[in-house]
Amino acid sequence: MNQAAIDLDFILDKYPGEPRYLISLLQDVQAEYGYISPEAMSSICDHVMVPISRAWSVATFYKSFSLEPKGEHEIRVCLGTACHLKGGERIAEGLEMELGVQRGETTDDLKFTLETVNCLGACALAPVVMVDDDYIGGARLSAVRRYLKKM
Amino acid sequence: MMPRVENAEELRVWREELVKARDPNQPIVRVCLGPGCLAQGADKVAQAFKQTIKEKKLAVEVRPLVKETGCHGFCKIGPLVNLAPSGLFYARVKPEDVESILDLSVVKGEVIERLLYSENGTQYKTAAEIPFYKMQQKIAMRNLGIIDPLDFEDVVAAGAYQAAAKALTEMTPEEVIAEVERSGLRGRGGAGFPTGRKWRTAANALARRPGPAYIVCNGDEGDPGAFMDRAIMEGDPHSVLEGLIIGAYAIGAHEGFIYVRTEYPIAVKNLRTAIKQARELGLLGKNILGTGFDFDLQINRGAGAFVCGESTALFTSIEGKPGEPRPKYIRSAEEGLWGRPTVLNNVETLANLPGIIQNGGEWYAGIGAKGNSGTKAFSLVGKVKNVGLVEVPMGVPLSRIVEEIGGGVPGKDRFKAVQTGGPSGGCIPYELKDTSVDYDSLTKAGSMMGSGGMIVMDDRDCVVDVARYFLRFLEDESCGKCLPCRLGLKGMLEFLDRFAKGKGKIEDIDELENLAQAVKDGSLCALGGSAPNPVLTTIKYFRDEYEAHIKEKKCPAGVCKDLITYRIDPDACTGCGVCAKNCPQECITGEKKKPHVIDESLCIRCGMCLDSCRFEAVKVE
Repeated sequence: MNQAAIDLDFILDKYPGEPRYLISLLQDVQAEYGYISPEAMSSICDHVMVPISRAWSVATFYKSFSLEPKGEHEIRVCLGTACHLKGGERIAEGLEMELGVQRGETTDDLKFTLETVNCLGACALAPVVMVDDDYIGGARLSAVRRYLKKM
Repeated sequence: MMPRVENAEELRVWREELVKARDPNQPIVRVCLGPGCLAQGADKVAQAFKQTIKEKKLAVEVRPLVKETGCHGFCKIGPLVNLAPSGLFYARVKPEDVESILDLSVVKGEVIERLLYSENGTQYKTAAEIPFYKMQQKIAMRNLGIIDPLDFEDVVAAGAYQAAAKALTEMTPEEVIAEVERSGLRGRGGAGFPTGRKWRTAANALARRPGPAYIVCNGDEGDPGAFMDRAIMEGDPHSVLEGLIIGAYAIGAHEGFIYVRTEYPIAVKNLRTAIKQARELGLLGKNILGTGFDFDLQINRGAGAFVCGESTALFTSIEGKPGEPRPKYIRSAEEGLWGRPTVLNNVETLANLPGIIQNGGEWYAGIGAKGNSGTKAFSLVGKVKNVGLVEVPMGVPLSRIVEEIGGGVPGKDRFKAVQTGGPSGGCIPYELKDTSVDYDSLTKAGSMMGSGGMIVMDDRDCVVDVARYFLRFLEDESCGKCLPCRLGLKGMLEFLDRFAKGKGKIEDIDELENLAQAVKDGSLCALGGSAPNPVLTTIKYFRDEYEAHIKEKKCPAGVCKDLITYRIDPDACTGCGVCAKNCPQECITGEKKKPHVIDESLCIRCGMCLDSCRFEAVKVE
């Protein structure tokens, strides 16, 4: 998430007002603001000339869109096949217990969002947990907990 | 400033000049920035090289160029550094090693032994000598680890766009299609449909219905455990662009799309840069190389839906809609994007094309096995020693990839099974280790080639759990449009959930097989159509393991949570108390420095004790 988020109009102006740019716009807004607010959604719909129902169906179909704000730090536990075999699921369950949230949820203090992902492509390091942009390879629950405590 | 290349001859001359101007003694440091090395801090190593070289004020003849390259393949021992001209290959390089590499190896030509890779007591100085690399043959990944993908002079010197120039100036579209048909190239995305035939279908459809046609690159690599397309898009994006130009010319498309997973930000960034460079060079856009042929490209980022790897779902996603597939009574080569003829080719398929045009279809057809020509890239992961990215000729036995290149299972003499083809593939047991790795043999074994993920399992991996894992993944990713997939997968998962809890009945296995067959036959697209493969192959080859879950209520591999117990081995336990401190149930007790015990009645089998024990005293039974 960007601290000083750029203006929505600036993002809209990057794309012609055609329906095919709906997904690209939603992605840019998601990347800039960390989620898609109802206001942003209706501005996008006006710009690309699609009904709001269609934007909702797109935003809820694809996994990378969030309609709620995310936490300050994003924890992504890889559940790719290699990580699954090496105990990724156990780490995900452990973090759910530790943070008191289910996967996909954000802690009440808006500090952490816990996510699981299908593959980070770093299978040599399985099991892998990513905290924001940092990889924790050969992850053990205890190591991830220590890492989070420092944040 | 980039020069605009006006014609094919200029491109050829430019390349010759670039190659001629090279000093063979120029020291070069190649740092792998592939996915695996990057996660291990390779970017910091590259940065350290640049910084230290600047600070050291080295003499010109020993001042190395630093190239940030794509994936070298051997992820397990990253970050990797290759030196030229000595060929020295260093593994697990840290920023602190940079200074000694420069002082000793680059300036004095000495070998730093502690950074060399060694295997079974042998130390290897260069990559070419290592068994992992020795047995590979690289076509699609030819430039990975060698070129700096964003340095266009490096790219042109490596021969990029020479094949596209040849196609555009010396061949008719028909000749290009015929050449690809002769090569026998089949789609590397998984289904293995002949590329040449797909192109011909689209070209014919366009001839019948004049108007726009499109070519699309499928870079929505969604199979967990597969990252070869990512490596190609990041490490050699121009080869993908060149493949698209050749394909566009062959079918008569003037607009193209690259659909990339949004989870691959570096691939998106490198492809964007490559497109910008190609436009400035005059290799994309109007009147390419003065031939009058127009073609341009745009990037679409996938938004996290596995089903979008399916052609018709991918097209609806590019059109800005939810990615749901449609029935394919009419092939998408005839009616694809916006109802127009559209060719969809996978990243690796496209990266193979320049070589085929340059060297001829015959050359390519001579590599690999009958009906399965060429090479295939695999990501070799799981319980295997040499985790990494490999490219081998088709038709090599599975055991060669897993045991000779991959080095087998660490500490064990055999693997249990290899899962190929991702969630849509199947498990091939050790007994079939001599299976030839090609489209047809893998399908015959009940699995499939898929995009090239190869996941090695050992005796601590439970087949019921693995089947359940893939099924859960697909049930979650099912778009919900057709009933057999939407409800069938749910039903299948319920069976597996019961097995994993020890609550199944023996006749359930047959019922599960029946349901699986129905899902396979009735689903709209390949997601549902191939989803039962992991279940069907594991029942076929490991029925006894399913029966153990049902009859004995035991998970022989010690994985399924409800069927295992954790126990502390009193001989190994030192009584350090770490497990007791970490146990969320507070059900581990014992005196300090004396063996501890777990109260099974309270244990929730979270595995925290197993995870935290440094003496391997926690046992799973």
